[in-house]
Amino acid sequence: MKRSLALLLACVMALSLCLTGCGNKNSAPSGSAAGSGAAAGKQLVAEIGPNPETIDPALNSAVDGGNMLIFAFDCLLNIDKDNKVIAGAAEKWETSEDGLTWTFHLRKDLKWSDGSALTAKDFVYSWQRVADPKTAAPYGETVLGMVEGWDKAAAGDPTALNVTAPDDQTFVVKLAHPCAYFDKLAAFATLSPVNQATIEKNGDSWATKPESYICNGPFYISEWVPSSYIMFTKNPYYRDADSIKLGSIKLLLMEDPNAAYGAWKTGEAMMIKDVPTAEIAGLRENSEFHIDPDLGTYYVSLNDTLPQFSDPKVRQALSLAVDRDYVANTLMDGVYTPAYNFLGTGVADWDGSNFMDNANGGKPYISEDYKANLEQAKQLLADAGYPGGKGFPTITYSTNDAGYHKVVAQYLQQAWKELGINTEVSVVEWASFTPLRRAGDYQASRNGWLFDYNDPSNMLDLMVSTNGNNDGKYNSKEYDAAMAKAAAETDPETRSGYLHQAEDIMMADMSCIPIAYYNDFYLQSSKITGAWHSPYGYWYFQYADIAD
Amino acid sequence: MAKYIIKRVILAVLTIFLVATITFFLMHNVPGGPFVAEKSISAQAQAALNEKFGMDKPLGIQYKNYMNGILHGDFSLSLKQRGWNVSDIIKSRFPVSARIGGLAVLLALAVGIPLGSVAALNRGKWADNLIIVLATCGIAFPSFVICTVGMYLFGVHLGWLPTFGLTSPAHYVLPVFALSFYPMAYITRLMRSSMLDVIGQDYMRTARAKGLSPAKCLFKHALRNAILPVVTYVGPMLAYTITGSFIVEKIFVIPGLGGQFVSSITNRDYTVIMGTTIFLASLIIVMNVLVDIVYKIIDPRIQLK
Repeated sequence: MKRSLALLLACVMALSLCLTGCGNKNSAPSGSAAGSGAAAGKQLVAEIGPNPETIDPALNSAVDGGNMLIFAFDCLLNIDKDNKVIAGAAEKWETSEDGLTWTFHLRKDLKWSDGSALTAKDFVYSWQRVADPKTAAPYGETVLGMVEGWDKAAAGDPTALNVTAPDDQTFVVKLAHPCAYFDKLAAFATLSPVNQATIEKNGDSWATKPESYICNGPFYISEWVPSSYIMFTKNPYYRDADSIKLGSIKLLLMEDPNAAYGAWKTGEAMMIKDVPTAEIAGLRENSEFHIDPDLGTYYVSLNDTLPQFSDPKVRQALSLAVDRDYVANTLMDGVYTPAYNFLGTGVADWDGSNFMDNANGGKPYISEDYKANLEQAKQLLADAGYPGGKGFPTITYSTNDAGYHKVVAQYLQQAWKELGINTEVSVVEWASFTPLRRAGDYQASRNGWLFDYNDPSNMLDLMVSTNGNNDGKYNSKEYDAAMAKAAAETDPETRSGYLHQAEDIMMADMSCIPIAYYNDFYLQSSKITGAWHSPYGYWYFQYADIAD
Repeated sequence: MAKYIIKRVILAVLTIFLVATITFFLMHNVPGGPFVAEKSISAQAQAALNEKFGMDKPLGIQYKNYMNGILHGDFSLSLKQRGWNVSDIIKSRFPVSARIGGLAVLLALAVGIPLGSVAALNRGKWADNLIIVLATCGIAFPSFVICTVGMYLFGVHLGWLPTFGLTSPAHYVLPVFALSFYPMAYITRLMRSSMLDVIGQDYMRTARAKGLSPAKCLFKHALRNAILPVVTYVGPMLAYTITGSFIVEKIFVIPGLGGQFVSSITNRDYTVIMGTTIFLASLIIVMNVLVDIVYKIIDPRIQLK
């Protein structure tokens, strides 16, 4: 008797664990939920990242979170397939002559996903919420810093932000200084309208549950099993619901590229963003494997406050010793593009042309001839007083371990060895890495930037001496002056001239070492039609269809 | 027995308090913070965040506030997963881990005990050798190998089993198997050696000599004594299957607590680190007390003091 009781007890302990699970039906993924949650219509199943940290538009700062926001929300303006700004919730908009007053005319009969009316007042609330320090929005200053009253709003009085709604369909923004790209900001997910009623009722947790997640975009969230999947279902109240062909988009929330690849191989996912790098070589010929450019650059920061890096000749030499073609096309499997400028592919100039094509008189700043570069690098280093690298202290290169970072680090070790300079690689854990870089507590380090909005200033600002992301602590009065002139200029063409001038200055000084331009590489079924990848790293599935 | 349990509970509370205190100060001493990203946020936004989560106060005050909250059952909000309460995160994710982990433990016991016994009873024969080889493999293969091979073979190549998620019973097969592989192998070896020990004892010869059937010998005398080391292992094993499941969770996309536990540390999500640590520490302590009690029932010679 006792014997069986003991065995029974041991089993009960284990079983009780299992049963704890079964009692909690609503929070655990239950068998039929996945199927029944999907509304009628075609379903697109995709993997674009892990469980999002937040999908509150004001709080999000991640690319995958931003991608989900463009499914759920409709900003004043939108970005189209050719990356042009088009009408969104506002059907037309105009700017005053001095460039300081922006007036947006909203469409009639806009509705929230719960069917209630959406007016210009909702935008006033949403934008002031982003400025409110209680919201602590990471992108607040980026998107609203130029609006009149920002300083007061950020200091604790959000109503000081000069955004008004003279009537239900007019939304007026007054800027403190001109901002040539403000239309792009009006299309930025942080400034999506959010529903005051649900936020006041649920607090910060409004964006964690489908039932309180009121939105106004083409899709609403019908189900969210954290770290498993999010179901976006077609929003019948969307202003342009007729042009939405999909019934639902199911996003698989995966962290592991092998898991994503497994889902792709079994056909359970029609698109995956995270392709294991080991598989890339074998996928080259596959017509469903895509490499599309992102707006952004992978670069190396040198700590300019250190004496050995204070001489632009040294920085030039270290830059010229890098064979970018080999790094991007061989070491990084060709999923990156070699970078010979700071601003890369797809960054738009004032007239819509490619900023890169107009830079440095149409020539890349760094020559593509690696052999000649290396000779020049040796010469420059000698001119700087370190012939053959003699007397140059060992460089410590800091990086976190993800993607190709370690491969690049090892390459730099070799490349700089050619100049007679020794390099040690220090791999730093992620959460400590960026604070270390920010504090200037490093010598050389991996760095990178992905654009928030397609304006050259978004990345050129990084080199302004007072910028919080100026990790190299580059400090050039000339550069700061050019950027200040650009910021104050209302004529787009003149402004563009200042921006080009700024890039000329920083590339001559080699304030950082560009290595490669970012791309997204992904697998997408050829059955998906009408979807596109934007250079912000977003996939526009909202207008997609699936061929039979 | 009651006195023993009361004593253990008091000790448990003390242990959890110590674990919480040490974790709190250790994690705040590790460089980095929860609000870091590739792009730095403005000083203003950083200050606003610190104020919102009470991180602008001295560490001692933060500790006092946190412990005070815990006493009132408030595990605070996650710093990274905005809007989520830590207790909600645990409530929604623990059941998933518990189901997977519990099933894995049951499977490990159900397979490991008979296999170990069979090996011991056939010592030196081919069955024994085969089982030893399998058990050694089970201990040597890391779980991600089992996961990946299982996923490739049964999920992708043969297409018999789904490769991710937990939406039907078939979804449980691969993750539960992967998670139970190591403990199963370990139990097999444990059971084999302790069974060998037992069947060599004098009372076993006596039992056979007095004419008991081999089955009765085995179940009534040998198994009951040989199982003791396995029971001791059940407590740590439960802890292992729940906290150690993060690799399996990641590969099979299972929304469990193990993944949260690990990612909260890399993210410096202080409140989630605290919440999960306190929760898992409590779980391990409770499991150990239960194991001690079960132990006493199986072996009356043991005194609980």
